[in-house]
Amino acid sequence: METIFDVENFNLWYGENHALHNINMKIEKNAITALIGPSGCGKSTFIKTLNRMNDLIPSVRLEGSIRYRGQEIVNSDINVYNLRKEVGMVFQKPNPFPMSIYDNIAYGPRTHGIKNKSQLNEIVEKSLRDAAIFDELKDRLKDSALGLSGGQQQRLCIARALAVKPDVLLMDEPTSALDPISTSKIEELVLELKKDYSIVIVTHNMQQAVRISDYTAFFLLGDLVEFDKTDKIFNKPSDKRTEDYITGRFG
Amino acid sequence: MRTHFDAQLATLNNELILMGSLCENAIAKASQALHDHSKDMAFNVYKSDTVVDKKERDIEALCLSLILHQQPIASDLRFISAALKMITDMERIADQASDIAEITLNFDFDEAGDISLIDEMAKATIKMVNGCIDAYIKRDLKTAQDVLEHDDEVDEFFYKIKTQLVERIRAHDQDGQTSLDLLMIAKYLERIGDHACNIAQWVIFAITGNHKNEE
Repeated sequence: METIFDVENFNLWYGENHALHNINMKIEKNAITALIGPSGCGKSTFIKTLNRMNDLIPSVRLEGSIRYRGQEIVNSDINVYNLRKEVGMVFQKPNPFPMSIYDNIAYGPRTHGIKNKSQLNEIVEKSLRDAAIFDELKDRLKDSALGLSGGQQQRLCIARALAVKPDVLLMDEPTSALDPISTSKIEELVLELKKDYSIVIVTHNMQQAVRISDYTAFFLLGDLVEFDKTDKIFNKPSDKRTEDYITGRFG
Repeated sequence: MRTHFDAQLATLNNELILMGSLCENAIAKASQALHDHSKDMAFNVYKSDTVVDKKERDIEALCLSLILHQQPIASDLRFISAALKMITDMERIADQASDIAEITLNFDFDEAGDISLIDEMAKATIKMVNGCIDAYIKRDLKTAQDVLEHDDEVDEFFYKIKTQLVERIRAHDQDGQTSLDLLMIAKYLERIGDHACNIAQWVIFAITGNHKNEE
C-alpha cells in the first residue's frame, strides 16, 4: 500500500473553536476513502485542509502535519496553486460556470497556459469521456452548461476537475443533490476513476460508503473515532460510537 | 431515534425464541414418545411439524422485509442474517424430530430390547438444542461455545449405538428392521446435534462478527 496523504497529530481551530482534534490517518493511493459522521463533526473541514481550501477562512489556525506525497502542506510555503491542481475538488452542489460546456472543461487547462485548439479539444473530449458523459454531450458542446440536468452538471464538474490532470479527487457529498439514477452513475464513475486517481469522499449516505469505498473514517465532534477498511467498519466496528452512528442510534 | 426499527427487531427476536421453543418441544416430545412407547404422542409430534414450517416462512418474510426497509448494517445486519440462517437449522431440527416420531409410530417395541443408550443420546442432543436457543436469547458466547463442545459427546453416542446394533444384527438376524429403525433414530439425533452446532456458530457470529469456520 502506498500512502498519498499522511496525517499526523493534526489540529484545526476556527478562532477559539477547536474543530479537529489530533487527527492521525494515512490515506491510501488509488483507493476510495469515505469520510462519515454527523453534521458539524469536522469531516468537511478535514477534506478542505487536504488542498488548503481552509486558507480562505480568516480565523483558521492549523497545527500538526499533513504530508501529500511526502511534502508538508500544513503551515508550509508549498505552492497552493499547484497543490489545488494536483488535488481537485467536487462540491455538493454542482457549480458549472455560466459558460458553454466546452469552455467549462477548457477553463482549467487554459489558466494553466494551454492555448492550442487541438490540444484543448483533446483534453475536453478525454475529460468528458473519463467522466462518462461525452456521449450525452458531444453534439452540444457549445450549449450553456447551465441547461444541463443536475446529474449531468455534476459529471461535468467532475470532468472539469479531471481536465487539469489531478492526482487526487476530493468530493464533498457529490451526490446528495442528485436523483438515484444520477447517483448511481456518479458512483460507477468514482469506482472507475479509482484506477487512475486517489479519491476522498464525504458522504452522509451509509449505503453509498459501503458500496464504493475501500476505507472509511468516522468523525465525531472533531475526533477521528475510527478509521479502518470499510468492510470492517460496517460489519464489526471497534468503537461503540461508530456502531451507534452507522446503525442510526444517534446523529 | 429508530423506535420503529427497534420494535421490529424485538419482534424478530421473540419469533426466533418461539420457533426455538417449538423445536425444543418437538425433539423432547419425540424422545419421550419413544421412551414411553407412546404412539399418540409420536403422532402429535409428527403432525406438528407444519407449525414449525409456517414459523420459518413467517420469520424469513420478516427478515427480508427488514433488509428491504431498513438496510441494516453492523450488529443489526449480523443479527438479521444470523436469524435467516438459524431458522433453516431450526426447521431441520423439527423435521428430524418429526422423522423420529414417524419411525416411532410404526416401531416394534417388543423387538427393541434395551434402548437406554438412545435415551441418553436424546438427552444429550436436547441439551445441545436447549443450549443454542438459550445462547441466542441471552446473547451468551460461553453457552454457545459449550454447545459446540458437546457435539463430540453426541457423535460418540452414535458410534456406540451403531456398534451395539451391528452386534445385535449379528446375534439375532430376525430383527433387522427394528435395528435399522434404531440406527435411523440415532442418525437423526446426531444430525440434530449438528444443526444445534450450526445455530450456536451463528449466535457466535451475531455476537462477535466472526464465524467459527473462518478461524
